[in-house]
Amino acid sequence: MIYLHLFYTFFLIGLFGFGGGYGMLSLIQTETVLRHHWLSSAEFTNIVAISQMTPGPIGINSATYCGYTAVHNAGFGGGMAVLGSITATIAIVLPSLILMVLISRMFLKYMNNPIVQSVFAGLRPVVVGLLAAATLLLCNAENFSVPSVNPWQFCISLFLFAATFAGTMWMKINPIRMICYAAFAGLVLLY
Amino acid sequence: MEISFVRPLTPKGTRTDEGIYHFIYFLSIRNPVQKENISPISGHHPPSSFYWDAFKTFFKIGAFTLGGGYAMLPILQQEVVEKKRWIPQDQFIDLIAIAQSCPGVLAANISIFVGYKIRKLPGALCTCLGAVLPSFLIILCIALFLHQFMDIPWVAAMFRGIRPAVVALIAVPTFQLAKEARITLTTCWIPLATALLIWLLGVNPVYVILAAGVGGFLYGKYIRPTE
Repeated sequence: MIYLHLFYTFFLIGLFGFGGGYGMLSLIQTETVLRHHWLSSAEFTNIVAISQMTPGPIGINSATYCGYTAVHNAGFGGGMAVLGSITATIAIVLPSLILMVLISRMFLKYMNNPIVQSVFAGLRPVVVGLLAAATLLLCNAENFSVPSVNPWQFCISLFLFAATFAGTMWMKINPIRMICYAAFAGLVLLY
Repeated sequence: MEISFVRPLTPKGTRTDEGIYHFIYFLSIRNPVQKENISPISGHHPPSSFYWDAFKTFFKIGAFTLGGGYAMLPILQQEVVEKKRWIPQDQFIDLIAIAQSCPGVLAANISIFVGYKIRKLPGALCTCLGAVLPSFLIILCIALFLHQFMDIPWVAAMFRGIRPAVVALIAVPTFQLAKEARITLTTCWIPLATALLIWLLGVNPVYVILAAGVGGFLYGKYIRPTE
């Protein structure tokens, strides 16, 4: 049953995930964190961090990880959990396979059609909004802590957010290096 | 034994790829791939070892490009267009443009497109498997051990520092994407409304995407012609 859920959810994500890896984030987050509770928000953020540091697209990474964790948390053993991650990964790639093959076979000549282009044009500003929503959804207590609970961690979190934002936006520091700095800061200041 | 690898020019504007190029250069000296001067254009069929070759090529690209789809484009072009000559340059650019506007994981889309172009469905399955397998295996290993790792206090502390930084790393491309999508004062309500609907009202992004597609279709069909 959980395999069906996994398959359906990640098939949906693959089918509607416009705008590349980042554009898919809010979709993945809504489905896996808010709706199915397969991951906590902190776990989801950890996966995004891991995806930044390892090769591979965020979509595949989160599908593999969610597939494993969801089955594991449901109380099954390791082998079944591996099967879960295989299910989720196939499910997220399958819409791509179907769509790309259909387009290659039949619709290649329609892709420059003005109507098709205007559908894509309508999606473009929405992808920006999807990304903004992903950011806003991640600004929560699990990632930043709360001033009333842990003011020290909250201040450090805000500082690390601002520093990373400035570092990658204007100073063009490599994101992986920024993550390493943040990890070091966490080790020193939040241990 | 002929070493077929032509050292790729480092494309401008890529940040971390230099080291990766060196690494793949190193790999290709150790395991030189015989050059097949047969292109799909000339009508000759590639030899049957094509599937294995294609799988290896995409596996290599998937395993060594950090950051997914966009990061793999320059290196993919070197391999598929210039080194292996599976697809001519102009077709490759068209394929990428379509793959980017379609839904789904970009790396999967491109690999399927290229594979299908050369050897139909079996080719697409090979290239797709090659592109997906490295990240699948890496994340599976991480998933197996992350829970134990997270119980170590200093690892948990590191991730407490990493998480706010990652939120910033997602915030930055929002602004860059807004610039690329040419958001103006008249269109800025669309991303704002999208973000608020999803964030505050908990609307499923799927409905917003569907509405945007329909909106774009109606705009292109009825409003733009009359403007």
